[in-house]
Amino acid sequence: MNRSMIDLWVGIFVVVGFAALIFLALKVGNLASFSTDQTYQIEAKFANIGGLKVRGPVKSAGVVVGRVANIRFDTESYEAIVSMTLGLNYQFPRDTTAKILTSGILGEQYVGLEAGGDGVMLKNGDRVRLTQSAVVLENLISQFLFNKASETKEPAK
Amino acid sequence: MEVAPLRNRLERLGSTVTSQVWRLGYASRFLAYLVMHSGTALRRFRLTVAEIYFAGVLSLVIILVSGLFVGMVLALQGYETLQRFGASESLGVLVALSLVRELGPVVAGLLFASRAGSAITAEIGLMKATEQISAMEMMAVDPIARVVAPRFWGGVISMPLLAALFSAAGIFGGYLVGVQLIGVDAGAFWSQMQAAVDLRNDILNGVIKSVVFGVAVTWISVFEGYDAVPTAEGVSRATTRTVVTSSLAILALDFVLTALMFTGGNH
Repeated sequence: MNRSMIDLWVGIFVVVGFAALIFLALKVGNLASFSTDQTYQIEAKFANIGGLKVRGPVKSAGVVVGRVANIRFDTESYEAIVSMTLGLNYQFPRDTTAKILTSGILGEQYVGLEAGGDGVMLKNGDRVRLTQSAVVLENLISQFLFNKASETKEPAK
Repeated sequence: MEVAPLRNRLERLGSTVTSQVWRLGYASRFLAYLVMHSGTALRRFRLTVAEIYFAGVLSLVIILVSGLFVGMVLALQGYETLQRFGASESLGVLVALSLVRELGPVVAGLLFASRAGSAITAEIGLMKATEQISAMEMMAVDPIARVVAPRFWGGVISMPLLAALFSAAGIFGGYLVGVQLIGVDAGAFWSQMQAAVDLRNDILNGVIKSVVFGVAVTWISVFEGYDAVPTAEGVSRATTRTVVTSSLAILALDFVLTALMFTGGNH
C-alpha cells in the first residue's frame, strides 16, 4: 500500500474517531441541555430528603429548571438543607413551595418547585420557606396499619 | 537437613521479586528514555502516521464489529431484566452508561492489546532477532527514536479513538436491538440516555480511561518487544507476555480508575 493511501485511511480513521467522540458528547451526553454559566442559588430546609442526591434534577411543572448543588445537615434544627442551582431565566416567586418527589414508583427523587403568587421573586441565596419532605414508605405503611387497627377496634365499642 | 530446601525456596522467592522489581525499573527507564527521545517520531510525523495505520485503522473492523455485538447483547440482556421492573425505557441509559464508563475502554483495550499490541511486540522482537536493531545502532540511528517511539505514539493516539468508536458502535447496536427489534420507544431511549449520561462524569472519565489503557498497552508492547530474547522462541514468549500482561494491567487499572472516578462525593 502506498503512502497516500495510508495517509487517506489514517485521515478517515481520525475523522471517524473524533466523530464518535462528538456523537458521544452531543447525542449520548447532555452537553447542550443545561448550561451552568448563568445561574442563581436558592436553599430549602427539609425534615427528610429521602434518597435525594447531589446533581439530582430540580423540576417545575415537569421541566428541569436546575440541579441540586449541595446537601448538608443542619445541626441546630436537625434538618437537611438542600442548595439548588437554578437557571437565571427561571425566576420563582418568594412563596414558592419545594417538594421532594419521586419520578415513577421506583424512579429517582427530585425537587419539585410549585410557584406561588407573590410578586417578589427569589434572589440568589434566598431560602424557600414552604417545603414538603420526601414520603417515607415505612411511615406510610405504619400510618396505614395504625388506621386499620383503629378501624377494627371501633365496632367493639 | 530441613533447613536447606527452605533456604533455597526463600532465595528463589527473593530472586524472583528482585528481578521483577528490576524489570519494572528497567521498563520505567525505558519509557522515560522513549518519551524524551520522541522528537523524531513527532517531527517526522509520517513515521507515526504509518503506525497509526497499523495499530488503529487495521483494528477498525474488529473494534466496530465487537462493539456492535456487545451493544446488541447488552440491549437484549438489559431488556430482559428491566422489563420485569417496568423500566424498559431505561434501556438506553443502561447500554450507554455501561459502554461509555466500562465496556468501551476495557473491551476496546483488551482487543487492542491482542490485535495491535501483540503485532508491535512481534515486529520489534523480530527486528531484534534478525539484528536490524543492532544494524541501526551501527549506523548511529537510535532504534528507540526511529522504531519504538513512532509505534508507541501511534498506539497512544489510536486507542482513545478506537474506544470512542467501540462505544458509539455499541450504542448503535443497542439502538438497533432495543428500538428496531424489541420496540422500545425511540424518544424515551435517546432522551433518558441524554438525561443520565453526563459529559464530565461519564464521557470524559471514559476517555481518560482509554488514554491510560492506551499508554499502558503500548508501553508493555514496545517494552516486551525490545526486551525479547532474540530467538524464535523468545519472540513468541514475548508476544504471549504482552497479551497477558496488558490484559491484567487493563483490568487492574480499570479497578483503580473506577474507584477513583466513580466513588466519593461527585454523584
